[in-house]
Amino acid sequence: MSSIMKIENLQAKIGDKEILKGLNLELEPGKVHAIMGPNGAGKSTLSKAIVGHYDVDVTDGNIIYKNQIINDIAPEKRALEGIFLSFQHPVEIPGVNNAYFLRTALNAKRKHEGKEELDAAAFLRLMKEYLTLLDMKSDMISRSLNVGFSGGEKKRNEILQMMLLEPEVIILDEIDSGLDIDALRAVSEGINKMKDGKRSFLVITHYSRILDYIKPDYIHVLKEGKIIKTAGPELVAQLEEHGYDGIEEE
Amino acid sequence: MGNKGLDKAISGEYALGFEIDIETETVPPGLNESTIAFISKKKEEPSWMLDLRLKALKKWESMTEPHWAKLDYEPIDYQAISYYAAPKESLESLDEVDPKILEAYNKLGISLEEQKQLAGVKVAVDAVVDSVSVTTTYSEELKKHGVIFCSISEAIRDYPELIKKYMFSVVPMSDNYFAALNAAVFTDGTFVYIPKGVRCPMELSTYFRINAINTGQFERTLIVADEGSYVSYNEGCSAPTRDEHQLHAAVVELIILKDAEIKYSTIQNWFPGDENGKGGIYNFVTKRAICKGDNAKVSWTQVETGSAITWKYPSCILKGDNSVGEFYSVAVTTLAQQADTGTKMIHIGKNTSSTIISKGISAMKGQNTYRGLVKMNKSAVGARNYSECDSLLIGSQCGAHTFPYLESKDTKGQIEHEATTSKISDEQLFYLRQRGISEEDAVSMIVHGFCKEVFSKLPMEYAVEAKALLELTLEGSVG
Ligand SMILES: Nc1ncnc2c1ncn2[C@@H]1O[C@H](COP(=O)(O)OP(=O)(O)OP(=O)(O)O)[C@@H](O)[C@H]1O
Ligand SMILES: [Mg+2]
Repeated sequence: MSSIMKIENLQAKIGDKEILKGLNLELEPGKVHAIMGPNGAGKSTLSKAIVGHYDVDVTDGNIIYKNQIINDIAPEKRALEGIFLSFQHPVEIPGVNNAYFLRTALNAKRKHEGKEELDAAAFLRLMKEYLTLLDMKSDMISRSLNVGFSGGEKKRNEILQMMLLEPEVIILDEIDSGLDIDALRAVSEGINKMKDGKRSFLVITHYSRILDYIKPDYIHVLKEGKIIKTAGPELVAQLEEHGYDGIEEE
Repeated sequence: MGNKGLDKAISGEYALGFEIDIETETVPPGLNESTIAFISKKKEEPSWMLDLRLKALKKWESMTEPHWAKLDYEPIDYQAISYYAAPKESLESLDEVDPKILEAYNKLGISLEEQKQLAGVKVAVDAVVDSVSVTTTYSEELKKHGVIFCSISEAIRDYPELIKKYMFSVVPMSDNYFAALNAAVFTDGTFVYIPKGVRCPMELSTYFRINAINTGQFERTLIVADEGSYVSYNEGCSAPTRDEHQLHAAVVELIILKDAEIKYSTIQNWFPGDENGKGGIYNFVTKRAICKGDNAKVSWTQVETGSAITWKYPSCILKGDNSVGEFYSVAVTTLAQQADTGTKMIHIGKNTSSTIISKGISAMKGQNTYRGLVKMNKSAVGARNYSECDSLLIGSQCGAHTFPYLESKDTKGQIEHEATTSKISDEQLFYLRQRGISEEDAVSMIVHGFCKEVFSKLPMEYAVEAKALLELTLEGSVG
């Protein structure tokens, strides 16, 4: 099966420190890929490399998206082309109204696709639907972007953006951390709703619980800057029991 | 991979730097009694005005340039400046404005032809080019309501009683070094009088254009709102791109009588110079309002994006009981611009209240200082002040400084002060870019969010202009 994204021998540094050391990974369309691995292994670094974050310096290897090498493509271009990252720690932006931001992002995307901008009324209707689905209070969108949001509210707001922008490759970096049981269910429902047989998901997590909800197709173990094992969902139970120490590079 | 786009995103370009190609009559550089006699004669002034000017010159000569502000600039050679420049009038049409000036104003987005203005929004304009007012629109229509709207030179000739009564009554000629200089050499500016009980039927505005080389601009504005009247007045300005610094030293006096209100808005866009501090306007301005009667109200709203150096503290003397003073400011310094700006609120009357909202934005090598004084006299029983000074930094070479001063003479006054400094971080910009928003749009989104409170105080047409101007200043060549 042809992949939507292919990462070949990726080597990347943050500052002087080598973090990714020849990482290979293929994302298949319509599939959910989970990445698990110890703290500091390079999971967030991988997600940042994919979206072109300025911290990450790619020194070798390629990130290929829809058959095109995107190593040097500007971050906003990658986003408009359908790559989305839900950040492990979403940043707060005082003064920028959340609804205004959401609408600007949506319209940037629509413009890129040659579609007409969505007017305020249509936008609000869409918002209402998503807010209900994610069980978010409607005042969340009239506040400043992420400012004073609780950890769980920030994560829900990331999912709201994902639903709105309808990306094709969705990277979720610890979307489940800090969520209470209800939030985890709401967020998982949001994710499941986005599954359409075409878009693919890269879910970075430390816990099996979210995986119970969203049912990954593959589990990849990322350790010391490489994917050292890829298996089916049955691997999760084994990892939960024995940790990462027993896993050797294949 | 660094976040290099940021510098590009804020290297604002100055769009109004063109020169109007007209013949100009200028007086040779230098400042002495004969320069002043020349100006006074050009303006066909009565002798009492000349006497006042000469008195001001004496005062000025005995004073020294102040240097307490946080501003660093090359010394000003007052003898190297020409104190009078005027577009030569074409002989055949004394009443008409030179088409080249009309065209230039059109380019600045200001129509000087009454009939060509958009239906619905009438804005009366006093157009000042260098040292003279070239035209004042809607004067006749305003006259029907008893409103006087004319150049200050005309007012000195036609309304000497009002001028004698009010000029120098708020900003005395010896108030400060630049006010004294202005009193000696002021060339044009606007005079407005709103009679008792009249609500001025349209927005009034003055648009100042420095055009001639090596000249200074020294306008003087005087607005009197008589009892129970209301006026909204707006000023704008621009200047050509030049390598030399040019001096602008203006004075604005506002007098608000019982139950009257003046809303004064400024969009300041003098040429800022380049990123190395070459060229640009030195802007030293004294603006002051007095709420003389009870229940009088004044608000200063300013959007300052231009000038190499800005020294400006629009102030309110709240003398009447229950009078209200407001100051809303957005000051942007980018390139190598420096601004030292703020306000003074002097509470004298009972139950007077004042509000200060100051938003400073610094980018590139810009330095932005807020300097504000809230003073409550013993008589100001029940006075209240609320101050909020916020600074936004873009990049790491710029600076923001805040100096709030409080003087409260054991009144039971209530003073509240809040200040914040924030920085547009790379992380914030990246977040927005990851959502498909370009870096330029991301910067302007954050900046607009930061100043919307002040923009909401501008009259609608000007709010749109201010927003666009800010975008241009901070975003350079977007799109
Ligand atoms: N900006 C930075 N400066 C210096 N070192 C960094 C920076 N960002 C990440 N690192 C280092 O890179 C390594 C990989 O970090 P990364 O965030 O990718 O780990 P992770 O696998 O996501 O871990 P976690 O499970 O804790 O989120 C860590 O050792 C981390 O300290
Ligand atoms: Mg991480």
